[in-house]
Amino acid sequence: MSITSVHKDPANRTMTVVADFDASIERVWDLWQNPRRLERWWGPPTYPATVTTHDLTPGGTVAYFMTGPEGDRHHGWWRIRAVDAPHRLEFEDGFADESGAPSAHMPTMVIDVSLSERADGGTHVVIETTFPSAEAMEQLIAMGMEEGMAAAMGQMDDVLLVDTAAL
Amino acid sequence: MVVDKNPQKEDRVFHALADPTRRDILARALHREHSVSALARCYPMSFAAVQKHVAVLERAGLVTKRRRGREQLVHSNIETIRIARRALDRLETLWRTRLEQFGELLAEDDQGETP
Repeated sequence: MSITSVHKDPANRTMTVVADFDASIERVWDLWQNPRRLERWWGPPTYPATVTTHDLTPGGTVAYFMTGPEGDRHHGWWRIRAVDAPHRLEFEDGFADESGAPSAHMPTMVIDVSLSERADGGTHVVIETTFPSAEAMEQLIAMGMEEGMAAAMGQMDDVLLVDTAAL
Repeated sequence: MVVDKNPQKEDRVFHALADPTRRDILARALHREHSVSALARCYPMSFAAVQKHVAVLERAGLVTKRRRGREQLVHSNIETIRIARRALDRLETLWRTRLEQFGELLAEDDQGETP
């Protein structure tokens, strides 16, 4: 794994993940920009994503659904706020109903991605995720689907405990 | 720079908790809301001094203030922070999984076609 640091700031409802990859900035950007590449990493292994709409322009929409082990589908959307290829992407990420329409009562978050070229040709990635309100965080925790995803990724918990203790 | 502001935030929490009066204010605010003037009566110091202590706790994100008429009510944010911590833990799990797959995809490219 290429994560260099994870910082969680509960008072500001923000998490910052810093990662480094031995790949050019164009290749890293392609993983966001190409919908076929995006769907290979956006969903957890047990909830693979299918991207149905992909418009990475300001005001544009990305629509996707994730398919669970029971064939259950969970729809989500991005609303693009800023793009500066291949350096920056800022978008709102939220949940959608069965028809793919954004759910007003479901939590959203803002994701700000910054890519920069390292001297050795690799790429430095900073991903900042912010919840707009404490309510959004409560909603996320209350969601059954989220619990299911967490259970599917239960093996990660030990790793997380160690990391949280170190921070 | 995003990463740099975070240690400062933690410093603020430690600084806020380093003072016995502020720890006492926080402990009182955990149970129920208190007005700044009610808190000021609990300590042998001026209203302004207590107000300053409350401001330090507020900057550290440990309490919030709300206005009721002419009063300023102080209450603890600890529950909010606890919920926030859980939500961020979930988010961390999700992003670790995502970036692991992200890295695997980039590594796959290296073995196959050139970039």
